[in-house]
Amino acid sequence: MNGDLPRRRFSPSRVLPYRVTTVVVIGAGQAGLAMSHQLDRRGIDHVVLERGEVANAWRHERWDSLRLLTPNWQCRLPGFRYAGPDPDGFMTMPEVVDFLHGYARKLSAPIHTATRVMSVRPAPGGYRVVTDAGDWQCRAVVIASGACNLPVVPALASSLPASLHSLTTRDYRHPCQLANGGVLVVGASATGVQLADEIQRSGRPVTLAVGEHVRMPRRYRGRDIQWWMEASGLLDQRFDEIDDIERARRLPSPQLMGSETPATLDLNTLETRGVQRVGRLVGLRDHTLQFSGSLAAHCAAADLKLGRLLETFDIWARHRGMDNDLAPPERFPTTRLPASPRLSLDLNRGEIRTVLWATGFRPDYRWLHVPVLDRKGRLKHHGGVVEAPGLYALGLPFMRRRKSSFIHGVDDDARELSDHLLGYLAGYPSDSSEGGKGGNRLAQCGLPRRNRMDAHPRVVLTEGD
Amino acid sequence: MQTATSIQVDNGVNVAALLGAREALAQAPEAARFTWRARCDWVNGTHSHATIDSYHGLGEEQRHKTRFTFDADHPEVFASEDHGPTPVEYVLVGLASCLTAGIAAVAQHRDIQLRSVVATLEGSMDIQGILGMDSDVRNGFEDVRVRFEIDADATREEIEALVAQSQKRSAVYDLLTNPTNVTVSVA
Repeated sequence: MNGDLPRRRFSPSRVLPYRVTTVVVIGAGQAGLAMSHQLDRRGIDHVVLERGEVANAWRHERWDSLRLLTPNWQCRLPGFRYAGPDPDGFMTMPEVVDFLHGYARKLSAPIHTATRVMSVRPAPGGYRVVTDAGDWQCRAVVIASGACNLPVVPALASSLPASLHSLTTRDYRHPCQLANGGVLVVGASATGVQLADEIQRSGRPVTLAVGEHVRMPRRYRGRDIQWWMEASGLLDQRFDEIDDIERARRLPSPQLMGSETPATLDLNTLETRGVQRVGRLVGLRDHTLQFSGSLAAHCAAADLKLGRLLETFDIWARHRGMDNDLAPPERFPTTRLPASPRLSLDLNRGEIRTVLWATGFRPDYRWLHVPVLDRKGRLKHHGGVVEAPGLYALGLPFMRRRKSSFIHGVDDDARELSDHLLGYLAGYPSDSSEGGKGGNRLAQCGLPRRNRMDAHPRVVLTEGD
Repeated sequence: MQTATSIQVDNGVNVAALLGAREALAQAPEAARFTWRARCDWVNGTHSHATIDSYHGLGEEQRHKTRFTFDADHPEVFASEDHGPTPVEYVLVGLASCLTAGIAAVAQHRDIQLRSVVATLEGSMDIQGILGMDSDVRNGFEDVRVRFEIDADATREEIEALVAQSQKRSAVYDLLTNPTNVTVSVA
């Protein structure tokens, strides 16, 4: 493996072997693979570095019963799409892994699996990428390592009594791994409601702490809700046409579930199954968990927003003259609430044995030694163009469009960013004020000539593939 | 000792009446259910005018001796006209007067003569929360600090015990430290 590595004989104090490429793509999930496809099309020399194997998080960091929230017909990547017999079905995790492996096999760029990136730092001519399997020198880096690397858990989790089993959804696989007895599920996004349902069905009484949430029916007027989201153009809404993009990026995932037969899973479903709904978990005082008294407000807000969403769809369908092809408009019952939602739970009474944190994730950038993080550790970027020349992100929530973190959503983003990247490599000015320096660096560091030949003026970002 | 000093101690609290009420309510717990009310009329901008008049308790409608009114607003640094305290300052007032009333009552019950009780309160808030600038910042107080200066015929330990007991029995202290179901509807 080390045989063909160039060595810097002139610098005996740092005989670090490294390989040279134009672009390093970090992560071989849907985002990294789609980017590899686009770079390939543009003749840009690159490698994909993957800490584990292709589709690693789908394979190793999800629970057993999970299926995609998007139907099979929506599973498409640049130059690739679902071609199986069940377009309206929802892929299980092994099926997602197979799907992405099938895609990876079609790509020509090398995917270095079992290669963990330890550090990315600026270096003359671009970036030095240090991995546990050798170093890379490159001009540009695409961060496609996902948005869900580290579970986000409230600070009070560390003060829970040791007798209580506390785990995050990253470590949860199936209900049998939990002690018999009650389970508190914290968080009512897609993950929270699915696990509350599954655990309640396993005979463990579930209490679900519900804060801000997004309610959605699986099907509406005879079509999957994702069909509506996509056909009406909602998923294509761009990051620069949204009033409050920060808020849109923080929005919890809608209460949806992929299942063998399409089914709606909302708080009313969970009520029917016997799940106890309480407000947002806000405190731990002595041995008592405290829940906010705002459950009614959060449910009312979710009901209102659902009503507005369906209204938008109805107006869109009417304008498109589709009313005859669709079932009539319908409205769903408001969220039923307990008369007086419970405000506290005494942990000493043994009512719950487990706390399952479905409180979200954040990306892990501990290896990124480039000053591009804000004071909260979030990546500073403009639609995936990071605030450092030659650095890009892909696959983050609402990165360029509402669909950016969906499997099919990465297509447009990868195309646009690879065009931007091509312009950067060619030394043309870009969104980033420092983009113009790229040309000089190209001459300085003597990277493969091929890229210089292929480089052409930056393509307009909205141009089709 | 208690009987010897109880005659002299007068904090203006009718402990006998309170204890009597407790006994009476034990027989008729329904009468113990009170409903407090407020009405608030928007005036202009952030200025509103609140009225306190009737309440329900002891099994029937009750009325304050006087109709109390309160103006609330925001100061000029919020581009408001400062016609009254901010709502969060009213919360500090509620906490202070609740704890202070409790101290007087408990002191009376414990035969401690008070000479002066002064509470100073501070509530800290990062207004990035209410301005919607940072979702990690809560809207309300991060913390509330109450400092009592109490001059009384008692040791420091006794005074500290008074303050502790007043927190234990304070409605507003409970409201601020424990969650409450709040329902807001549109008529």
